[in-house]
Amino acid sequence: MIEWFTWAQIAVAVVAGLLAVALGLFGRTPDDLTMGATALVTVLLVVQVVVSLLAPAFGNTATGSALEFWVYLVTALIIPPLAIVWGLVDRTRWSTAILGVACLAVAVMLYRMYQIWFVQVA
Amino acid sequence: MTTTTSSRSTGVGRVLIAVYGLLALAATGRSVFQLFDDFDRAPVAYSLSALAAVVYIVATVALIMPGDVWYRVAWITIGFELLGVLVVGLLSIFDPVLFPAKTVWSMFGRGYGFVPLVLPILGMLWLYRHRARPTAAASAEPRAV
Repeated sequence: MIEWFTWAQIAVAVVAGLLAVALGLFGRTPDDLTMGATALVTVLLVVQVVVSLLAPAFGNTATGSALEFWVYLVTALIIPPLAIVWGLVDRTRWSTAILGVACLAVAVMLYRMYQIWFVQVA
Repeated sequence: MTTTTSSRSTGVGRVLIAVYGLLALAATGRSVFQLFDDFDRAPVAYSLSALAAVVYIVATVALIMPGDVWYRVAWITIGFELLGVLVVGLLSIFDPVLFPAKTVWSMFGRGYGFVPLVLPILGMLWLYRHRARPTAAASAEPRAV
């Protein structure tokens, strides 16, 4: 895990999430903007997988449980694609809100991954 | 009756189902990790995590599926969740020794942004508003009598 990349990724996920939840509540059906933002969150997660696979080879290893880290990362990687599929099938404004909820969940999970990788309390 | 979607899986109920699915996924992920990592450290808490994960999965399915039976299953599972988060929430504050490891319900679900506490209440409101109306069910059938 690279610290600045992770923070940038969390920021993107939070912005994408808030945007989609707001647009969903305003009645927008899933469009290029909200679907694209969720797709971007997915792509960044794939990059995170590559980074986290390679990082230990450069001496950058998780300070916490690597198993827990990967459970979070793999689970997070499943969520936005599911939301995108949902948005393609169910063309209502609630799907836009679901895209947002998915992105916000990814942001929370990334923060947990960040803690597992960098921060150990007691 | 050839209705394929239940009245529970429409409108904002879809968001509810999505969030339930998300929580089911999160609880399952955590519980799988705990069971494999070190079950012996906190068997009570970890068993509870696994149980909570299963209940969230059943509740998600029950919200999606139409019909009276699933409606009842939804009530039972969501009621169980509320009971779980309240009892475990209180116990984890007053008797932390019992729960040395975190579960989805510890501290009223604080680790999950209190979603586990709020969600069953929203779920119950949703179920109450979408209870089967005898008149609606009767009008869908050919008029007997």
